[in-house]
Amino acid sequence: MLKFLIRRLAAMIFTALCITFVVFYLTNLPPNLEKVAKSEAGSRISDEEVQSWLEKNGHAQPLLKRYGEWLGVVPGWTRTDEAGAVTGRCIRPKTDPAEAPHYCGILQGDWGFSTVFREDVSKIIATRLGLTGLLMFWVMVTMVPLSLLIGVLAGMREGSRLDRTLSTFSIASTATPEYVSGVILIVVFASKLVGLQWFKGSANSAMDGLTFENFALPVATIVLYGTGYIARMTRASMTEVMTAQYIRTARLKGVSFASVVVKHALRNALIAPFTVIMLQFPWLLNGVVIVETLFNYKGFGWTLVSAAGNNDIQLLLGCSVVAVLVVLVTQLISDIGYVFLNPRIRIS
Amino acid sequence: MTATNWDPSQPILEIDHLSISFFTRLREIPAVMDFSCKVMAGEAMGLVGESGCGKSTVALAVMRDLGKNGRIVGGTIKFKGRDLTTMSDEELRHIRGKEIAMIYQEPMASLNPAMKIGKQLMEVPMIHEGVSADEARKRALEVVRDVRLPDPERMLNSFPHQLSGGQQQRIVIAMALMSKPSLLILDEPTTALDVTVEAAVVDLVKDLGEKYGTSMLFISHNLGLVLEVCDRLCVMYSGEAVETGSIVDVFNKMQHPYTQALFRSIPLPGADKNARPLIAIPGNFPLPHERPKGCNFGPRCSYFKAGQCDGGDIPMFAVAGDDRHETRCVRVGEIDWAAKPQVKAGAAKTAIGRTVLKMDDVKKYYEVSSGMFGGGLKKVVKANETLSFEAREGETLAIVGESGCGKSTFAKVLMGLETATGGKIMLYDRDIQNTPIEKRSTETVSGVQMVFQNPFDTLNPSMTVGRQIIRALEIFGEGANDAERRDRMLELLDLVKLPRAFADRMPRQLSGGQKQRVGIARAFAGGAKVVVADEPVSALDVSVQAAVTDLLMEIQRKNRTTLLFISHDLSIVRYLSDRVMVMYLGHVVEIGSTDQVFSPPYHPYTEALLSAVPIADTHVTKKHIVLEGEIPSAMNPPPGCPFQTRCRWKSKVPGGLCEKEVPPMRKVADGHEIKCHLPEAELATMEPVIQIAAE
Repeated sequence: MLKFLIRRLAAMIFTALCITFVVFYLTNLPPNLEKVAKSEAGSRISDEEVQSWLEKNGHAQPLLKRYGEWLGVVPGWTRTDEAGAVTGRCIRPKTDPAEAPHYCGILQGDWGFSTVFREDVSKIIATRLGLTGLLMFWVMVTMVPLSLLIGVLAGMREGSRLDRTLSTFSIASTATPEYVSGVILIVVFASKLVGLQWFKGSANSAMDGLTFENFALPVATIVLYGTGYIARMTRASMTEVMTAQYIRTARLKGVSFASVVVKHALRNALIAPFTVIMLQFPWLLNGVVIVETLFNYKGFGWTLVSAAGNNDIQLLLGCSVVAVLVVLVTQLISDIGYVFLNPRIRIS
Repeated sequence: MTATNWDPSQPILEIDHLSISFFTRLREIPAVMDFSCKVMAGEAMGLVGESGCGKSTVALAVMRDLGKNGRIVGGTIKFKGRDLTTMSDEELRHIRGKEIAMIYQEPMASLNPAMKIGKQLMEVPMIHEGVSADEARKRALEVVRDVRLPDPERMLNSFPHQLSGGQQQRIVIAMALMSKPSLLILDEPTTALDVTVEAAVVDLVKDLGEKYGTSMLFISHNLGLVLEVCDRLCVMYSGEAVETGSIVDVFNKMQHPYTQALFRSIPLPGADKNARPLIAIPGNFPLPHERPKGCNFGPRCSYFKAGQCDGGDIPMFAVAGDDRHETRCVRVGEIDWAAKPQVKAGAAKTAIGRTVLKMDDVKKYYEVSSGMFGGGLKKVVKANETLSFEAREGETLAIVGESGCGKSTFAKVLMGLETATGGKIMLYDRDIQNTPIEKRSTETVSGVQMVFQNPFDTLNPSMTVGRQIIRALEIFGEGANDAERRDRMLELLDLVKLPRAFADRMPRQLSGGQKQRVGIARAFAGGAKVVVADEPVSALDVSVQAAVTDLLMEIQRKNRTTLLFISHDLSIVRYLSDRVMVMYLGHVVEIGSTDQVFSPPYHPYTEALLSAVPIADTHVTKKHIVLEGEIPSAMNPPPGCPFQTRCRWKSKVPGGLCEKEVPPMRKVADGHEIKCHLPEAELATMEPVIQIAAE
């Protein structure tokens, strides 16, 4: 077990390095840097000025060195200008250069400074991730039990009227994108057009205080979309299990139908959807972009969009690190959980 | 809920004119027609027939578990006097598991993989008798002990996949016995198991049947097994019972042409490939919706008389003088049942030529890792140890052993799918042990070919039969152009006795036996010198087996091929092989001519193996040897002799030599070698396992 974990961790770190390097390379392409220079030093500067700005701010160094600095394994650059003032990657304005650390990168907890929000990237990500985490939590709490229930009910008697009804619902809900279902939900439940006005059409206020009224619609929108998918997977797995020979054994032992489903079929049927559910976490993290924008909820997705739209390199890099970590960690959990759900894997 | 008004002198199960159909969108498919049988208390009834004859459908109908499409369209099934066909689901639930229990063909698939064995067993009395979990567990322990499983506590705490196939089947049997049912239905309970394990399980079922006084409905395609287990039997063909009666009556005085043909197509002791070849049943099993008018067996029957046999539905006729012996043959009184079959002119024995293949000390080891998430210790699996033998031109060498004995590994090494860890394999004068198949010359590849066990999976489903054979010819470099290869392909179809029109058919349009013929045609496409036949007929029905075996023999005679026949079925091995090699746990334990291996002195393992094979002949008496314990894992073989953990002769060897040293191969007669420490004097005391009483 320990050996497996260590090997998996090593593989994860390697994957994370590869992905972040690719993202780093793409976000640090020359045109992007030029844009940064122009937004920082004025949009009308000449090409020479751009070049000198880049050199002054350490962007003209070789790519690998810059990546190393960002990561925190290569000492940050320092530079003494004609006036004798020392600037550097790790030297904050108005601090003593002698006291500044040599390394400042992701590993040291220095995630850089956002050019859009004028704030530390680590701080932004922490707050935004917290907000999205809240959203994800409520989505998972509703979506997982609901979709498993629908899937199991539909799958236990394949082809029955219940199965056809639930399957139609799942297909319809998965086939409706969030920007459609979100708008419909707003129109029906939050606008004067229909007049129900049960919930609020904006989740902006939820950032300060979460209530059922301001949070129900964004959660419902995501749940609707995700439920159908997991329910379909569960149903497929359930129908397969219900035709297995050991289910026949149980039935011919005299076990009642309800017990057959709950005691014999359920655990076997949940093995396959478990992986899908774990895959929903990374999807939620990045897929909530539309919902967060639609309901004006300033979470992680919303931040990602702003960072990308405004060429905020440091923030974008920070977001991608988080995204990569979430994907890798959930996959690790999914692999380990799979082993525990499925006793057959444990030996082989 | 128990039937209080049931009189034990009445039949426990009475099936009366039962008809079952499956309904598809297209049509109604009758699966079972007009089936009647009676099982008395404590009686074991055998249900025999080939696949598709409806025997399992009858069993499921008794359980009332025919699925969505199946329906009972006529007749009654009375269990202890109550009609099962009209019972409600709730009533049925009280009978299933409690009064009638079932044992299935594939033990692994019929146990819940995610539930501990103990829980699965305890469930039965908890549902039916409402006992507490403690009480149920106590009972589970008792029953697990009854089915002779070691360490019952540990068994109850294991998951099904942690047990071997034989152990799993014992658990399924234990589960069926948990509530002491009055009727046990066994649906091919040992088909998935090895012969020695099968023998032990059959033994167990018989003993438990006596101990608990359980009636049994025993479904099998194996006449030998039915002879061992049952008191009465019922032979089924194409959805109908064709003959029913007591074992002695049906085996010795059969009154239906199908029963007779079935017995003539199985290799019994005394059959010989040259002098007394098997008689295959001509033609194919009719599809359910293409059954002929009148007698279903008519088109394949040698006694068929137009006008009489195809007139209309044929009822069961009682055979005068016998106890409840009935047959579905209108000509029962006209046929001379005692007449000996017309024997085809026996072919001359093929002369054995020069040495084609020579194996010298071949070893194959695998490295595997263990542990929950991979990693862990590296272990060496010795799949083959010091394998040495020769095979000559035109010879059939049988390789016999149970699963895990290394016979498939040996085939892989010979074919070049794996390379040997040590030793030498000589094909004519070439070393091939270290040449993987992709580096072998075309000549070598086409010279060593294989016929596979399962014809259903080895043909490409999206390529016509002709195309597949032509493809093999292309690879072997046969023929100069497409036209030539096509001619050659048609010749090959002639060789395996398939109509030339089959060239354009898809594999799914062929029956199992026909597919296997295509497999044989492909193996012989390049004029193979050595053909490895890995259980070539074990997936086929009895009546087809004889035809395919005959074909293999005929081609061998014609081409003077060396045939390495891998099998676990000693009856067929005895029938067709010239020499036999017995393997156990990677070792060759005995090698010799067929007569030498099948008569004493034996290697102790060969002795047990011979005793385990069921023989469908009432004149045969066998010595009863049941092997205790499991085959040791090749990952962790016992020290010394590989067979010492289960050997009943071990005490006869002085000084505990068996546990210390691997015995050497020693010569007991010319060409007969045994790997055993037993002294000469002890070997000389061995008695023959199989004895045929004089008729």
